Amino acid sequence: MIKYLFFVMAIAIVAVAITAFTPAQINDVKASVKRGEKVYTKVCLPCHMADGGGVPNMNPPLIQTSYVLGDKTKLIGIVLHGMNERVPIDGDYYSNNMAPHNDLTDQQIADVLTYVRNSFGNKASAVTPTEVKQARLKKQ
Amino acid sequence: MKKKLIVFISVLCLYQMANANTIHSTDSVIVRSGSIQPDADNAGLILPKGFGALIVTSAYGKPRHIAVTPEGYLYVKLAQPFNGNGIYLLKDKNGDGKIDDAIGFGNYGGTGIALKDGYLYASSDENVYRYKLNNQHEVTNPNDPDEIIHGLLNRREHESKSITLDNNGNIYVNIGAYSNACQVQDRVPGSPGMKPCPILDSAGGIWQFKANQMHQTYGDGVRYATGLRNVVGLDWNTQTNSLFVMQHGRDQLHDNWPKLFTVQQSAELPAECMYEIHKGDNAGWPYIYYDQIQHKKILAPEYGGDGKKTAGEDAINPIMAFPGHLAPDGLLFYTGNMFPEKYKHGAFIAFHGSWNRAPLPQEGYYVVFVPFKDGKPTGEWEVFANGFAGKPPITSARNAHRPCGLAQGPDGSLYVTDDNKGAIYRIIYTGK
Ligand code: HEC
Repeated sequence: MIKYLFFVMAIAIVAVAITAFTPAQINDVKASVKRGEKVYTKVCLPCHMADGGGVPNMNPPLIQTSYVLGDKTKLIGIVLHGMNERVPIDGDYYSNNMAPHNDLTDQQIADVLTYVRNSFGNKASAVTPTEVKQARLKKQ
Repeated sequence: MKKKLIVFISVLCLYQMANANTIHSTDSVIVRSGSIQPDADNAGLILPKGFGALIVTSAYGKPRHIAVTPEGYLYVKLAQPFNGNGIYLLKDKNGDGKIDDAIGFGNYGGTGIALKDGYLYASSDENVYRYKLNNQHEVTNPNDPDEIIHGLLNRREHESKSITLDNNGNIYVNIGAYSNACQVQDRVPGSPGMKPCPILDSAGGIWQFKANQMHQTYGDGVRYATGLRNVVGLDWNTQTNSLFVMQHGRDQLHDNWPKLFTVQQSAELPAECMYEIHKGDNAGWPYIYYDQIQHKKILAPEYGGDGKKTAGEDAINPIMAFPGHLAPDGLLFYTGNMFPEKYKHGAFIAFHGSWNRAPLPQEGYYVVFVPFKDGKPTGEWEVFANGFAGKPPITSARNAHRPCGLAQGPDGSLYVTDDNKGAIYRIIYTGK
């Protein structure tokens, strides 16, 4: 009986593992990160810097922040609508204005955010173009 | 004997009571700069021959500007309050060069700090306050300063209010423009410039107020100079009896106008400018920027410029132009006697260091020197103190020491603050 239970559990674990990360998906994420790096370098790096560390008091870091690792819809919203409010970002204030980047395609935004969420010491799930599309439909 | 002692103690008590509201230490500090030694490896700085440096403290938050009393006490203004205090009075009591006594007050962050005629002046990002000093230059009303100016615009961008004073009872306050280039939408590619730029009526310039008048605001002051995007470093030059300022030039020529500017051009342009300011001057922002390679005032792309068309005939020319984006945050005319003759009356400029020179390495985490005679530069600028960001190439601002404020000690040593990691450097001439 116990043996049987183990067997079921093992199958369940393998099944979960397969549905979470098929080899194809891993490749997708890798490719997305790679494309995202290009978008980052062109569009985001001028302010958030090569190390993702930002500029103290001016442009926030993208390292382990609650925005970067948090709710994806909110994160996509920052890229789509920009950010220029007097709100603390993990306790610190930043004075510069981030312009909206809604001219980027769904794919580009998905790629750049997947890149950010998997660089600079961050580890978080990928962002998909579908998620970006849905976020665009949402009111600000 | 006993009687004498009682008299002595009661006098002491009275003295203490009289000073109860004073932030005060009973022993006086003697300036013994001769005994001060540089740190090993000069605290990581690269300096001209004969100079040495030490870090006097790194323990008090993020110091922006700094002022030094005749006793050698430091007043530093912090970007944000540290342990609830936005200003620290720092002393080196045992004369070894290191800070060993600190008193905090002022519960607001900010940038500006200055000493003049028995008062300490300090700014938040909206207001300017004044504190009365005792004869040892210690603040007597730390919790109850005079509010001399209030209600200055703070819309996040370029929010710091730097200050300096002249010898005629006036205080000069920078009010930075809350915008990069006065576009309809700030920093949005292709967004046109507003004409006329509505920011200039209340920001993007230097305002002059009375140093001894309470509760002044825009209507009580004079817009002394306009067309200055953002000034953080400024100083009153006592030789020319005029104001000198360092303007932060605009950002993102390529990001916002990719068809007109290459990334390389955008990394180098426009210049960071030193201006000598007279009442009524206009430095041209946002309509023009200064191109230090063509040596011309160029029409901004937001107003129809293409990187070549000149404009701004009514705008003043810079006294000196520096490479783009280095972010000058401190300016000091040196009047001390410690440094060799060539430094006398010259300008030291603390550059905060760039963030938007990619794909080139970042630049400018250093203090430069410009030789002056009779109020005019006599040569090119040179890097005076380097190494604040470690070894090049520099790609991170987050991990660098960032020079910000400058002040001259009574012995002629040069103090440099770092508002990122919090170090306060003291540069001395040892002749070795
Ligand atoms: C013009 C400079 C600039 C550019 C370009 C820029 N940002 Fe930002 N970004 C900022 C500033 C400034 C803030 C904070 C604004 C505030 O405090 O209101 C910010 C905030 C953020 C945040 C939320 C806060 C945090 O640190 O987690 C994220 C995420 C972010 N940016 C990602 C990006 C991405 C991705 C790009 C490129 C597509 C980008 N930014 C381009 C300046 C910029």
